[in-house]
Amino acid sequence: MSAPTLWRDLRRFTAARVALGRVGNGLPTAAHLDFQEAHAQARDAVWSTLDVPALQAALGAQVVASAAPDRRTYLLRPDLGRRLAEGASFTPRPGCFAIVVADGLCATGVQAQAPALVASLTTGLQRAGWDVAPPVIATQARVAIGDAIGQALGAAMVAVLIGERPGLSALDSMGIYLTHAPRPGRTDAERNCISNIRPGGLSLAEAVAKLLWLVAAARGLGATGVALKDEQPALPLIEDQPGGR
Amino acid sequence: MGFSAVVGGTRHIFADLRQLLACATPFRSGDALAGLAAESAAQRVAAQRALADLPLRHFLQEAVVPYEADEVTRLILDSHDAAAFAPVAHLTVGGFRDWLLAADPAAVTALAPGLTPEMVAALSKICRLQDLVAIGAKCRVVTRFRNTLGLPGTLSIRLQPNDPVDDPKGIAAQVLDGLLLGAGDAVIGVNPATDNVENLCRVLGLLDAVRDRYAIPTQSCVLAHVTTTLLAMQRGAPVDLVFQSIGGTQGVNESFGVSLALLAEAHEAALSLKRGTLGDNCMYFETGQGSALSAEAHHGVDQQTLEARAYAVARRFRPLLVNSVVGFIGPEYLFDGKQITRAGLEDHMCGKLLGLPMGVDVCYTNHAEADQDDMDALLTLLGVAGVTYVMGVPGADDTMLAYQSTSFHDGLFVRAALGKSPAPEFAAWLQRMGLAGRTPDRLPMAVAGLL
Repeated sequence: MSAPTLWRDLRRFTAARVALGRVGNGLPTAAHLDFQEAHAQARDAVWSTLDVPALQAALGAQVVASAAPDRRTYLLRPDLGRRLAEGASFTPRPGCFAIVVADGLCATGVQAQAPALVASLTTGLQRAGWDVAPPVIATQARVAIGDAIGQALGAAMVAVLIGERPGLSALDSMGIYLTHAPRPGRTDAERNCISNIRPGGLSLAEAVAKLLWLVAAARGLGATGVALKDEQPALPLIEDQPGGR
Repeated sequence: MGFSAVVGGTRHIFADLRQLLACATPFRSGDALAGLAAESAAQRVAAQRALADLPLRHFLQEAVVPYEADEVTRLILDSHDAAAFAPVAHLTVGGFRDWLLAADPAAVTALAPGLTPEMVAALSKICRLQDLVAIGAKCRVVTRFRNTLGLPGTLSIRLQPNDPVDDPKGIAAQVLDGLLLGAGDAVIGVNPATDNVENLCRVLGLLDAVRDRYAIPTQSCVLAHVTTTLLAMQRGAPVDLVFQSIGGTQGVNESFGVSLALLAEAHEAALSLKRGTLGDNCMYFETGQGSALSAEAHHGVDQQTLEARAYAVARRFRPLLVNSVVGFIGPEYLFDGKQITRAGLEDHMCGKLLGLPMGVDVCYTNHAEADQDDMDALLTLLGVAGVTYVMGVPGADDTMLAYQSTSFHDGLFVRAALGKSPAPEFAAWLQRMGLAGRTPDRLPMAVAGLL
């Protein structure tokens, strides 16, 4: 590919909204309305819900709810999204690796990607000698709900796969939070995060490889979080990301 | 010690300074979440009246977070400058507001080392938006690294070329787009998708190469955790600015994995690199209302007072840049455009009064009740208030952090609407490149090897 010479050529290199044009100091009408359309879709995505039966069929998982009874309460009360609803019970499995699949702020990406990621992750963990507990699906859930679930299972570590806040360009992004020795009260500084897992972002294979590296390093260190630096050699870059829009 | 005021024939009693400050705070969802918000409009205005009558000196006697338990409180009280405080030492909070509205910029600016975060937070609670704007506009804060930020009549932009996988070409294309649209004088600053030291060194190298290649009078930063940046400095990476997110209590800083001692270590390491050509302000901090509650380290103090306390942490390290990421944290702390707008102006005024080069990330997430109209209003208000810098993101859409900030076009708009210029060194560079006031269809620089 020849080096670009025109402003609009920049679009070949990024999915970001570059080279939109300029009318006076403002956006041309088409670019302005493209933005409005994307925002409208993202707003609708926040209110999307997880298709729990479909996910359960794919994962064979236990389903639990957070203490947030509905979406609006979930948005205003993150403390409730971190806690389990009354009555949730688990069969303890001391020393296991727990996997939680949570809707978070947008269910779309989790719905699409969690089954394949859980399968690949489970295989990798078992190969590394882990006893992997059956996954748990959590609805109206925040990341820290994994602490309560992990503690109830007696898990050595928990990975929470959770829908990330929808952006204008990505309605389907998932993150993974890894926490060693989970229990309520863990802070975000005690977790490691892998974000932007989606088509066009971090691939499932890259995410699983990175997570398995973090799990091994965390087992050696006996901790996750800022004490565990992600010093994994950088993965080879994918040339020419699908850019333009 | 308690406080009280009569409103509508009812005496409202407030048990301590924390409760008085919290009840006096204009409504926001985060204080309601914490159970600290006033129970009625009458109780709120009673708190505001009682607060207005409180002598500023009181804030030197009653700490909202215990001195023994919190290093931020110790920093605030131990570093208080009584001489700088003297011109307003006899005033109440209400009298202080009146004094500020009537004072000239030099007198307001000189107060900074004598003011505590709790004093300016209290002030903000009895200010309307126009007071927040007018007082903020009187503060002069100038900082330097490779250019001069904060001069009157200037408004700078952080060029924020975030990429979902830190792809070098994706970052470079966004940097070029921003430069073509006049952004980048505050800093060219990337939020890394992954906090990995190898990745950090790679992106730092890329940004430094771009800056050097086009001889841009600005600074670069990769906004990794301070411990990762320390590792990068040990590996000889080109670190201009050390970044860290900070908060207003020892507990929230612990939740971010930092302490004053760690920040001091990083500050010393960055100073020793001597990479600044015009000055040695080499720290960059981000803050935001709600972070302490989010970390469950709020000590029963309202989120705006805690936000102001984060500025005490920032000013200890003479930063080049500080910004509140006002709309990023979400609707549980700032529910809608109205709450985000007020918080952005509060944060700007409080930071400026405390002597900080205050910018604001005028932004919102898709789960907040806000849109571009709210951002236009806040951006324009902040421009009038003399904000040091705002963000510049291609098309206002950050594809990595999945939120909307101000665009490069927004920066052009607010500068033009208010007659503001970029930092002078950067404005001269734009002129030399043929980019002042226009964006040519043909790239004015060679990009072979970069793209």
